[in-house]
Amino acid sequence: MNNSTMQKRWISLFVENQNGVLAKISGLFSGKLYNLESLTVGTTEDPTVSRMTIATYSDDETFEQIKKQLNRMVEVIKVIDFTNSSICMKELLYVKVKKCTRHDKEELFQIAQSFQARIVDYGKDSLLLEFVHSATKNDAIIKLMKEEFQSIEVVRGGSVGIEAINMTQR
Amino acid sequence: MRKISGNKLLVKALKEEGVEILFGYPGACTIDISDELYKQDDIKVVLPRHEQALVHAADAYARSTGKVGVCLVTSGPGATNLVTGIATANYDSVPLVCFTGQVSRPLIGNDAFQEVDIVGITRSICKWGVTVQNREDLGRIIKEAFHIARTGRPGPVVVDLPKDVMGELGSPEYPETVNIRGYKPNPGLHIGQLKRAMKMLNRAKKPLFLAGGGVNIAGANENFTKIVDITKIPVVTTIMGRGAIPTNHPLFIGNLGMHGAYAANEAVTECDLLFSIGTRFNDRITGKIHEFAPNAQIVHIDIDTSSISRNVHVDIPVVADALEATEKILEYAEEHDTTEWLAQIESWKAEHPLKMKEKPGLTPQKIIETINETFDKAIVVTDVGQHQMFTTQYLELDANKKLLTSGGLGTMGYGFPGAVGAQLGNPDTPVIMISGDGGMQMNIQEFATAVLQELPLILCVFNNTYLGMVRQWQKLFYGKRYSMTCLRAGKACEGKCGTEGCECPPYTPDFVKLAESYGAKGLRVFNPEDVQAAFEEAKKNTKTPTLIEFIIDPEDLVYPMVKPGGTLEELIMDC
Repeated sequence: MNNSTMQKRWISLFVENQNGVLAKISGLFSGKLYNLESLTVGTTEDPTVSRMTIATYSDDETFEQIKKQLNRMVEVIKVIDFTNSSICMKELLYVKVKKCTRHDKEELFQIAQSFQARIVDYGKDSLLLEFVHSATKNDAIIKLMKEEFQSIEVVRGGSVGIEAINMTQR
Repeated sequence: MRKISGNKLLVKALKEEGVEILFGYPGACTIDISDELYKQDDIKVVLPRHEQALVHAADAYARSTGKVGVCLVTSGPGATNLVTGIATANYDSVPLVCFTGQVSRPLIGNDAFQEVDIVGITRSICKWGVTVQNREDLGRIIKEAFHIARTGRPGPVVVDLPKDVMGELGSPEYPETVNIRGYKPNPGLHIGQLKRAMKMLNRAKKPLFLAGGGVNIAGANENFTKIVDITKIPVVTTIMGRGAIPTNHPLFIGNLGMHGAYAANEAVTECDLLFSIGTRFNDRITGKIHEFAPNAQIVHIDIDTSSISRNVHVDIPVVADALEATEKILEYAEEHDTTEWLAQIESWKAEHPLKMKEKPGLTPQKIIETINETFDKAIVVTDVGQHQMFTTQYLELDANKKLLTSGGLGTMGYGFPGAVGAQLGNPDTPVIMISGDGGMQMNIQEFATAVLQELPLILCVFNNTYLGMVRQWQKLFYGKRYSMTCLRAGKACEGKCGTEGCECPPYTPDFVKLAESYGAKGLRVFNPEDVQAAFEEAKKNTKTPTLIEFIIDPEDLVYPMVKPGGTLEELIMDC
């Protein structure tokens, strides 16, 4: 059954905002050995509903099965497959650069400008940058910063996504 | 409105759900519920001797009556002892509601005495699990629990009840309706899809029906048999589907799978359309998955979307309840000319009929055939292992005979408590347990429950002194190294059969004496000519269980057999 290609796929999930639901969803992935690349969760405009954005690396059959397994859970209200829809998706990334020289700082200001980052904090020999990009672009940024600076600290939020506004409604 | 405690509301809810029997074991966290149950007479409370037996009894009660099985156990070990039974029910789609006690809310998370996170522990093996955190949610949650357990693909539900929530006063109302936005158990049959399936069926030259446990659970047996009568299409079943059509029906070929009949497995391999209802194509029925039904297109009707196209590629999926689907199929069913196809199947049957090698002495086949002849009406409950496979091969089923078996999880220890639950739910039907000597000892304490409840169970123990199914694999595939499978192995031989100067000790326990010590009747049968008489004697014993120990030969293996990981075509017939 593994004749289809492995690729990264995105799901948006509406779930009951109750305790144990996150454990149930993540437990499904671990229990059935599904890959779970990224998972973010937060409440929606309706406080009883949470919304998750999930990335999984899988083939067609496994992905179908993941969607079905999610759908049959009592706490899952809706599963949306983002694979073939036009979506807006971003991830928040913070990079703290430590042990900066004066030259490093200058370079960081340039990086911030080229990558539309905000410098959100500033210390004697350190800078804190905030990026909001696609996960892939954030990957590239981390790679670059690791090469350029001797000490960095990274935290990223995982992607959140939403369907773009339909063509007919623009 | 007068407020009542959660304990009182629970008992009220059980009555409104029509619960007749509750299987319970008490403890500190549920003592107040026990007290409420004491004050009423509508719900019979049964006290099995171990929580695992308790949940199996509730499971078999549910399977044999179609009602929801209800368990009540205390927190901590009471709850964890349910785990195997919950998984058993989950794999065989049995509706259960398991109430577990829990420590009071302020103690949760403190590693309090008898505290476990049972909802966390059972998260992946039940249909739904919830801890009731507020008294005002209690009624709604119980209502939802019963609804979820019995609708759609049925399954076990865990409701965890903190002691202080249950003690709190609150509304006496038990809701009449239920609305869960994420739960749509029955999406309704897609007629277009079913018509496509029927068209495919009409075009097929060698069509075959495959019925799984879903047909039995949905009560679609009668419809299904009618469909077969009209279409003249032959049938194979899974072991959970056995009885979907009377086993003496001329178009019934047999079970497929690891210990399926030769003709049934050949038919699956040769058919050009496999029309399946209510099965999940478990690995034990498909054998090597890539070579399963290689010539066939597959239609798959199942209530659980996630069971479709998971293990095998399905050409036409139909999401539907088996009863609803068979009703619709009946509207479109037409007679097929299957003469040639049936002749081919008959020739396979003649080539390798399903039977054990002829030999003098007692064999499982002879015992089971005596059951077929002696009882017109019965519920047969098995344990797990060789005796179970023999039963699924040789036991005849029809509308009056039912088989209960742990097919999905394969839980040893299911048989005896299962028989207790089935008899409690069906006091007027003879209940026969068939177990091995290994499985019998996994819940043997249920003699106490069975004797005190005055259940006239007929408990057949096929004693071959070994854990026979594993031994069979060792004999066939592991050079006869009988590691860990001899139940007489002890200090003298350290489990290595053939140790020099070592004589096998006598079998322990003495099942007959053990039965007698509980106040049950015990018989031991060595010869085929005594089998009938033993059953007749058991029938006469109407107030206590009768144990019949059948001494059988460990060399009797279950054939045919698909080698683990092999294809259905390469059957091992007999050595």
